[in-house]
Amino acid sequence: MEHAISLFVRSIFADNMIFAFFLGMCSYLAVSKTVKTSLGLGVAVTFVLLITLPVNYLLQVYVLDKLGLGYLSFILFIAVIAAIVQLVEMIVEKYSPSLYASLGIFLPLIAVNCAIMGGSLFMQQRILLDPENVKAIAGIGDAFAYALGSGIGWLMAIVCLAGIREKMEYNDVPKPLQGLGITFITVGLMAMAFMCFSGLNI
Amino acid sequence: MLSQKTKETLFGPLNVNNPVVVQVLGICSALAVTVQLKPALVMGIAVTIIVALSNVIISLLRNTIPMRIRIIVQLVVVAALVTLVSEVLKAFAYDVAMQLSVYIGLIITNCILMGRLEAFAMTNKVWDSLLDGLGNGFGYAIILIIVAFFRELLGSGSLLGFKVIPDSWYAAGYENCGMMMMPAMALILVGCIIWAHRSLNKEEK
Repeated sequence: MEHAISLFVRSIFADNMIFAFFLGMCSYLAVSKTVKTSLGLGVAVTFVLLITLPVNYLLQVYVLDKLGLGYLSFILFIAVIAAIVQLVEMIVEKYSPSLYASLGIFLPLIAVNCAIMGGSLFMQQRILLDPENVKAIAGIGDAFAYALGSGIGWLMAIVCLAGIREKMEYNDVPKPLQGLGITFITVGLMAMAFMCFSGLNI
Repeated sequence: MLSQKTKETLFGPLNVNNPVVVQVLGICSALAVTVQLKPALVMGIAVTIIVALSNVIISLLRNTIPMRIRIIVQLVVVAALVTLVSEVLKAFAYDVAMQLSVYIGLIITNCILMGRLEAFAMTNKVWDSLLDGLGNGFGYAIILIIVAFFRELLGSGSLLGFKVIPDSWYAAGYENCGMMMMPAMALILVGCIIWAHRSLNKEEK
């Protein structure tokens, strides 16, 4: 339990998906213009991570490793992610039209979000680590903790950036640097701030 | 040999229509693998091969793929190619494959691939798609190489693993900039490249 909590906190701050590994950068930069939409995307990413990562964990441990089919993991993971995204979209549409209205447009985007696939690939590496290591994922509980932490870290990063970009609308940025250029530099500065969490341990 | 249009397909993505700095696709891996020049080169080559081949395959299949499930078909084709490349790298360049770690697998979700497949290969002939894939792959590789060049030169004073900065400089008080090895500097460098690129290409817009 202690290990899962430590993993959860570390994956929010020290191993943040955006600032430490640049995962999900494309949609991060494209959808962070307003706080409201970025919150929607962040929630959708957390939600999908929370489902796909444990499923892929079970597949990796009980199917691929048992049968020695490790080299098929890329195809299997992406198929699981695409299928689950499709499934989640249909279920949400049927049972909660209001949630669908706010999440709906983002769900198809998520199938090709690097953060989701990256989460599964990092999980695959972390299974092999020594169980004493803070980064190790030793069971299904750890997989959930890692997924939730990564999702929340991503959500926090995109909401922060959206907040800064909303303020920056009123600033006098040099012409060629406007839009994308200044956004990159902002993210760089935010990443520097997040570096101070790198020694974090619980 | 090449007509005006095919030339544009091949060379446009290198500068005016660059996938990374203009279309903002494939940023994730572009930033993560550029600490040193060697993995960046390997990554650039791998992505070029995969974009070109998947463009050709999807372009061959374009009339038989049902529209509703096209994304899944594209993902499976790309995932199969990435698995091949990853196995080849593990066999012949193990240390680089370890350095690139998950980012090889993440080529599957690289937006350049999906973008090119959706926007070009689904509606164009095989030969044009091949050129488009090669052009976009090179455009991506060029940015990777520029970023990696600066990060390795300033961060560890070497290029491709060979020392470039002479020892006498270190004796005179020169120090490697440790900041360059951090993820944050990659973002700022790309920001500066976009800045330079936009101010150079201003007249054309």
